[in-house]
Amino acid sequence: MPVIEVKIPPMGESITTGLLSRWHVTDGDSVGKDQPIYELETDKITSEGTAEAAGRITFKVAAGAEVKIGQVVASIDTDASPVQAGPQRSEAAPQPAAVASPAVRRIASETGIEPASVTGTGKGGRVTKGDMLAASSKAPAPSPAPAPQAAQPPAAAQPTAGARQTRRKMSPLRQRIAERLVTVQHAAALLTTFNEVDMSAVIALRAKYQDDFVKKNGIKLGFMSFFTKAVVGALKEVPSINTQIDGDTIVENHFYDIGVAVSTEKGLMVPVVRGCDRLGMADIEKAIADAAKRAREGKIKLEDLDGGVFTITNGGIFGSMLSTPIINPPQSAILGLHSITERPVAIAGQVVIRPMMYLALTYDHRLVDGREAVTFLVKVKQAIEDPARLLLGV
Amino acid sequence: MDTFDLIVIGAGPGGYVCAFRASQLGLKVALVEKRPSLGGTCLNVGCIPSKALLHSSEQLAFARGHAASHGIKLSSVELDLVALMRRKDSVVAKLVGGIAQLAKARKVEVVPGEASFVAPGTVAVGGRKLSAKAVVIATGSAPVELKAVPFDGKTVVSSDEAIAFGQVPGRLVVVGGGAIGLELGSVWARLGSQVTVVEFLPKIVATFDDDIVRAFSRALEKQGLKIETNAKVTGFSKGILTAERAGQKLEFAADKVLVAVGRRPYTDKLGLEKAGIALDEKQRIKVDSRLRTTAPGVWAIGDVVAGPMLAHKAEEDGVAVAEWIAGKAGHVNWDLVPAVVYTDPEVASVGLGEDAAKARGLSVRVGKFSFAANGRAIAADAAEGFVKIIADSATDRILGAQILGRGASELISEVVTHMEYGGSAEDLGRTIHAHPTLSEAVREAGLAVGKSAIHAL
Repeated sequence: MPVIEVKIPPMGESITTGLLSRWHVTDGDSVGKDQPIYELETDKITSEGTAEAAGRITFKVAAGAEVKIGQVVASIDTDASPVQAGPQRSEAAPQPAAVASPAVRRIASETGIEPASVTGTGKGGRVTKGDMLAASSKAPAPSPAPAPQAAQPPAAAQPTAGARQTRRKMSPLRQRIAERLVTVQHAAALLTTFNEVDMSAVIALRAKYQDDFVKKNGIKLGFMSFFTKAVVGALKEVPSINTQIDGDTIVENHFYDIGVAVSTEKGLMVPVVRGCDRLGMADIEKAIADAAKRAREGKIKLEDLDGGVFTITNGGIFGSMLSTPIINPPQSAILGLHSITERPVAIAGQVVIRPMMYLALTYDHRLVDGREAVTFLVKVKQAIEDPARLLLGV
Repeated sequence: MDTFDLIVIGAGPGGYVCAFRASQLGLKVALVEKRPSLGGTCLNVGCIPSKALLHSSEQLAFARGHAASHGIKLSSVELDLVALMRRKDSVVAKLVGGIAQLAKARKVEVVPGEASFVAPGTVAVGGRKLSAKAVVIATGSAPVELKAVPFDGKTVVSSDEAIAFGQVPGRLVVVGGGAIGLELGSVWARLGSQVTVVEFLPKIVATFDDDIVRAFSRALEKQGLKIETNAKVTGFSKGILTAERAGQKLEFAADKVLVAVGRRPYTDKLGLEKAGIALDEKQRIKVDSRLRTTAPGVWAIGDVVAGPMLAHKAEEDGVAVAEWIAGKAGHVNWDLVPAVVYTDPEVASVGLGEDAAKARGLSVRVGKFSFAANGRAIAADAAEGFVKIIADSATDRILGAQILGRGASELISEVVTHMEYGGSAEDLGRTIHAHPTLSEAVREAGLAVGKSAIHAL
C-alpha cells in the first residue's frame, strides 16, 4: 500500500470527539515513522498522534478542527519515504513542555496571557515573542497611560499597571472542563454529606513507623494510602456507592480502581490507581506519586485516567477547610479531604485539642440513598480514627 | 562485489561525518577517498591549514606591531617560514590522523581510490566493485580557474598552493575579495608581502551589509592590504596583472597571483550519467528537499549541491542524510548557516542582513553595538567593529545578525541558537552574558533593537 490513512485512534470510554489543536508538521512534509505529527485535545487529556509509517503527509483537516474517533485526518504517501536500511525506532522524543523564552515570560506576566494557550510557531511548536504579541493584540489593548504611583511588585499573570481587567481566550481543555462540570450539575442529583475525623491515630502511626517505612519502601507514608484503604473498606461495606448508571441499567462494580485528583499546570487530572483492594500501603503511595509525577510532566496517558469507580480529592493541600466536590461521571460519589487543623473537641466529658479534618462526600442521589452515603462516610471516619480496623476489616 | 548498507564517496567534512553518523546508526559503511588522507579540502588544504597560518601570522603581527604598546620589549622579531609551515603541517597531520582513527574505531571501511558509478547502487573503485542500497556523493569542490589568468601552479596559483609558498612573495595580488582571498591575503601581508586584492564587484565580501563591508575594508587597508574593487582582471604576463575598471586599464605588479574567485562542484570522472544523476544549470548535482538525486538511492551533500560551500553546512547535510537513510527524522535548517571570514577582525553573519531584508521588502528593526563601548574589547585591544542584529519590526523575531570584530566566528553561534528556536531580539537582550566578555556586545545589540541598549545612546 503506497498511501496509508492517518486516523484518530480510539481514546477509551466516553471519548468520541476531540480537537486537533495543532499540526507538528506542515502539509507536504516528509515524516518519519513514529514521529509526532499532531496534537489532539479531548475533554480528558491532550495527546500526540504519531505517524504509522514514513512518507509524505497530506492533511485532510486543518489545525483547530473538531474530529471524531476513527476520522481520517491525513494521508501518508509511503512511496515518498527514504530508503529503509537501518533500525526503525524513531529518535524523535515527545516534546516536553517547553520553557518559555524571557520575552514570552515578560509578555505573559504583563498581559496575563498564558503561553500554553497560544499556538507556537517556533521550533517544535514553541511559543515565540511574535506569537505572544499576536495573541495580545487580539485581546483588548491595556491602558496606555502608565500608572502614576510606583509599580506594584510583579506577580504571575498580573495585569499591566492601570488595567482593571485582562481578557484571554479559554483554552480548549478549560472549555471542556467547564462544559463537563455544568453537565454533571444538570444530569445528576448531587448532594453532599459531611463528617469530621480525628487524625491523631494516623499521625501517631506515621510518626512511629515513618523511618522504617521509608527505609523499606523508599517512599514516605502519607495520608492518602490510609484514606484509599479506608475508602476500599467502606465501598465493600456499602456497595451501592460503587455503582454507575448506564441508560436504565444500574451497573455495580466489584473492583476498586480509585481515582486521585492531581493539580497540574493544564488543569485538574484524575489518574486512577488500579486494584486498591489488593495493593499494600506502600504500593498505593508509590502508584499515587508516580501518577502525579507523570500528570505534572504531561506524560499521562488516557488509559491512566479511565475506568475509576470512585474519586478522592484533597483540597487540604491548598488549605481548604470545607468544600463540596463534584463527582467524576459516571462515578456515583467523591470524597473530599480538607486541611488538618487543631481544634478543641469534647471527648469523654473533657475538652481536648485534637488534629481534626472535615470530610465531605458528594454523591449522586439518583442511585445512592442518604443512609448509605452517611454510613459510607462514617466507615471512612472510623477507619481513620482507629486504623486497626483496616487490618481487621471491621 | 562487496556489499554495504551505504557507500559515501569523498571523505571531506560532509562525507566522513555522514559515514560516521550512519555507522552510529548501525549501518555498514564504505568511505571512498582519492586523497592519501581523510578530511577533504577542509582539513588538508582549506579551513584548517589556513587557520593555522592565520594564527601564527597574527602572533607575528602582534610581536611586530603591538607588543611594545603592551610594555613588552622584544629585541628582535624574525620570521622562520619553514618552522611556521611545519607547525601548520603538524596541525593538519594531527587532525587527519584523528579522523582515520575515528573511522577505524567506528568500523567504517575506508576504500582508497577514485569512485565511478556503474549503476545507481554500484560503484567501481580501482578494480573493486562496491554495491549498497544507498550511495552518498560528497565529492566537494575545486578552485575555479579564470580564463584570463589560467593556473600555472607556480606564479598563478589557487589556495591549494598559497597555503604553502616556500618564501614570502614580495608582491602578492589576490584576485577575488571573498573569504579565501582575504584570509590568505591577510596571512601573507602579515608575513611581509605587499598585498593587493582585486575584486570584480563594487565591494569585497559582497554578501555582507554595506556598513559592515565599509568598516571591514578600512580595517584591512589599515593593515596594509590594498583593495581594488570594480576591477575586471584581463590577463597576466611578465609579472604584471592587468585589469579594467570602467574602460580604464589597471596594472598590478605581482610576484605571485592567487586566484580565489570561487569554487566549482567537483564531479569529474564520477560517471554520473551511468547512474542517471542529473546536474542543475550551475553544474551542481540536482537534489530535492531531502538531498535525493534523480537516481534512486543516490544522495548528494555539501559543495556538490546547491547552497553555501561551507564545511559546517556539508556536515549538517551529512548527518541528516545518514539519519534519513536509516529511516530517522533528520533535520537541516539551510536558512541558518553561519558564514565567517577569519581575518582580524573577523566578519560573521547568519540569516538575513539588513540590506537583504530590505531588498525583500521586509520591515525590520536593526540594533547595533560597537566593540568600542565594550570593556573587554578595550582591555584586549579588540575595539574594532560592531554587532548588528536584524529583527522583524512586528514580531521582534531575529532575522539575522552580522558581526565585525575579533572572535566574531565564536560570537555568531549564540545568535544562531536563538534563531533556531525562534527567539526575539528581546530574548537575546534578556539573556545573561558574563561580564566582561565580548559577547555582551551581542546582547547589547539585541537590546538596541528595542532602543534599550545600556551602554550606547
